[in-house]
Amino acid sequence: MTTMPSSLPIELTVNGRRRSIEVEVNHTLLDVLRDDLGLAGTKECCDVGECGACTVEVDGRAVNSCLMLAVEADGAAVTTVEGLATDGRLSLLQDEFLAKGAVQCGFCIPGQLMAAHALLAGNAHPSVADVHEALAGNLCRCAGYEQITEAVLAAAAAEAER
Amino acid sequence: MSSHGSGIGASPKRVGGYDRVTGQHAYVADVRLADALHAKLVTVPVARARIIAIDTSAALAVPGVRCVLTAADLPQPVPRFGPQHEDRPVIAVGETKYHGDPVAAVAAETKDAAEEAAGLVRIEYEELPAVFTVAAALAPDAPLVQDPVLRPGDPLASTNVFNQHLVGWGDVEAAEADLVVEHDYSFPMVTHFAIEPHGFIAAPDGDGIAVWSSIQHPNWLQKVLARILGLPLSKVRVRAPDPGGGFGGKQHAKYEPLVAFLALRTGRPVRLVLTLDETFQAVRRAAAAIHVRTGLRSDGRIAFQDIRADYLVGAYVDIADRVVNKGSYPGAGPYGIPAVRIVARTVLSHTVPSTAFRGFGNPQVNWAVESNLDDAARQLGLDPLELRLRNLAHRGDAFIPFDTHADGDWEQTVRRAAELIGWDSPVPPGHGRGIALGIKSGPTTGLSYSTVRLLADGSVIVYAGTSDMGQGARTVLAQIAAQELGAPLDWVTVVMGDTAVVPYDQQTSASRSTVLMGNSVLRACRDVQRQLAEMAARVHGVALEQVSVADGFVRLPDRELPIVEVLKAGLGRLGGEVIGNGVMRKEMEPEHPLGGSAAFFEFNCTAVEVTVDEGTGEITIVRHVTVSDVGRAINPLQVRMQDEGAAIMGLGHTLMEHYIFDEAGRIRNLGAIDYRVPTSLDLPVRLESAIVENADGPGPYGSKGMSEGALLCVAPAVAAAVRDATGAVIRDLPLSPERVWHALQERPARVPLEVP
Repeated sequence: MTTMPSSLPIELTVNGRRRSIEVEVNHTLLDVLRDDLGLAGTKECCDVGECGACTVEVDGRAVNSCLMLAVEADGAAVTTVEGLATDGRLSLLQDEFLAKGAVQCGFCIPGQLMAAHALLAGNAHPSVADVHEALAGNLCRCAGYEQITEAVLAAAAAEAER
Repeated sequence: MSSHGSGIGASPKRVGGYDRVTGQHAYVADVRLADALHAKLVTVPVARARIIAIDTSAALAVPGVRCVLTAADLPQPVPRFGPQHEDRPVIAVGETKYHGDPVAAVAAETKDAAEEAAGLVRIEYEELPAVFTVAAALAPDAPLVQDPVLRPGDPLASTNVFNQHLVGWGDVEAAEADLVVEHDYSFPMVTHFAIEPHGFIAAPDGDGIAVWSSIQHPNWLQKVLARILGLPLSKVRVRAPDPGGGFGGKQHAKYEPLVAFLALRTGRPVRLVLTLDETFQAVRRAAAAIHVRTGLRSDGRIAFQDIRADYLVGAYVDIADRVVNKGSYPGAGPYGIPAVRIVARTVLSHTVPSTAFRGFGNPQVNWAVESNLDDAARQLGLDPLELRLRNLAHRGDAFIPFDTHADGDWEQTVRRAAELIGWDSPVPPGHGRGIALGIKSGPTTGLSYSTVRLLADGSVIVYAGTSDMGQGARTVLAQIAAQELGAPLDWVTVVMGDTAVVPYDQQTSASRSTVLMGNSVLRACRDVQRQLAEMAARVHGVALEQVSVADGFVRLPDRELPIVEVLKAGLGRLGGEVIGNGVMRKEMEPEHPLGGSAAFFEFNCTAVEVTVDEGTGEITIVRHVTVSDVGRAINPLQVRMQDEGAAIMGLGHTLMEHYIFDEAGRIRNLGAIDYRVPTSLDLPVRLESAIVENADGPGPYGSKGMSEGALLCVAPAVAAAVRDATGAVIRDLPLSPERVWHALQERPARVPLEVP
């Protein structure tokens, strides 16, 4: 009988930086980002993939990091909210979130930003319905949905003008 | 709309916003202390149980476990606490009172070890009879939720009624009416579901303790901890990082005392971050069963309102009795009514302790009373809008005879909402419209201290004990300081959430902060201005009376100087700073039914247009208009965010949210999968908010409190619209597709509303 190891080494790229770490096999990508890599911008709420607070990008796709085991991220490129700004300069999306008043308590915002980032990467000119659909898995209890939608559309428009 | 400057009435970007879009803002769970232990709560899978024995041996054997704490490990008798009634033990003593009431807590080196050990704590228990509804709690032989020993001298102690509140005026019995409309309504048990689960950290701190909590009232928590731990206030440091949503659920102490005992027992920092499921078992809104009897004259004037409201609160009182009292009090609405009687009861049950929740007990009664008015309008053949306008209080009316008089031109608000929804235009076929009014008493007492430091370069630090839980208090307070002291907004820092640093503030609740803390900060700025005037008089050799300071400038007889110039000259080569203090008090009025009159009223009118799928019962909100009287919007964008957010949150309890219990009192829909809140796919097709500004509020620049108003009357407006569209009458929330579908099957023959 072989014993399942309790931890395994993985390599992944997080916000452009290569990381080699030993992770517990039962730990999620969310656990590892927050607890092992100190990237606390990604938030924990429901732990069942329903609230979207933990959304990150894995190889360009928006993923609930609470549902993905860390070992599954071996070899992946992960982008978190900490990876959106460049040299302290906010991205268009982040800027529009502030300008349009999309941020209230802010707890859901990292997840909203990552879901929106993944949307815009695949759809440069989303409609209101596209935004609502893409962000439907990201709950905002302050219910800033109107402003979040405006911000995503404004960022898309600003990107198109660039 | 983006930033147009930062002055009063502008909408600069949120102070603290940069940290929130970059992931740098540290919420309580993001605070990492070296060497911290992780805690996990242990519960039993029923509501009420007698604890026979607790075996912690297996749990203690898990590697990394440092402590398994039960009631037996605490000072005896186990300390109890609560903002109104000190009934909640630090941890369950002998008996659990609701599903989720913790009986033990584990502290371990890792989260995994704590969770594993929590599952290994063996609890022998006997399930006991329990009550989960108003009817069951009031039954003659109902098991008692609270031990009468905890209610000495209370004539109701042998019942499950914690308290009864009677308010009224005129003679309801003698009032003459041409029409009496009488119905029963119910409001469901719903939960706050802040996206940030509650988190608590405690650490020994020298000869005292430091506690981090996502709490709205850090100073109140400090008092609770000091009393329980036997420490002076100065040795209890509460750190309150800006919460990730509060909505009332984070007002009062929950597990902070327990985590503090774990920290003191282990000598280590201990952190407890609840799961979302656990937050459902920590906070909720009171459910209510409401009976309304409305008498009207044939011209639509309301002759009397006779209201009985039974609020189903939980096993510990928390702030719920105040919710019942203050929430039912303005229940007759913003109308001039000669006779009103409101009887509200606080009914204990073996359920999650209910607490403050945006609207503070008002949405429950508002749902019933406004729905009853809609019914009355239909029976009288009167436009529901017209019925309300005929009864609406005018500015200065003593509509609640012993309280603050009507403090707004409320008809403007109502007419604006009607105009935006197009009330007078034909309703498209298949659509229906509804309208409702909401009113809420603002804070009845208050005490907010603040300090403002004008630093040598003209930048400013504001110290204010308000919590910025998303309402944007940091931004508003910074705008006030920037306006008064002439600093650019990004030169103003607002320090909050640390009782060792920030002066005392009573609480962040009742939409008070712009008015009460705002006035306090304004006064602190005026204190700085007064000192600047003295400086200017000294430096420029003029009489003090010849100097004035306002809006960032010092005015001398012959010229006007920016504050910073006077400051630098006045401080001289040694430098320094100018420190101002502000206090805003709203005193108690002992004879008043609420202990104080309203600082202001929040007033809102909501109008909606809906369609209903006859096959499924699903409601589509085609238009949702919400208009609030805010006095003056210091930051219009933030006002809009709060109003629209409140409106959508109101759609939650209106359309979808409610706890489901089983026979053992277990909540069957714990967590995000089975308890639905509005998402981006549940929004009104069109949502419009508007404000009325007459600069007639008691806050800085004529502002009033806001942010709860737009939630108050969503439900009755939607139900009226559903009735208008379909003829279906529903008096229970939420208006879920299933409930609407059943109502559609049972609806009476359609009687079209005739408007003369």
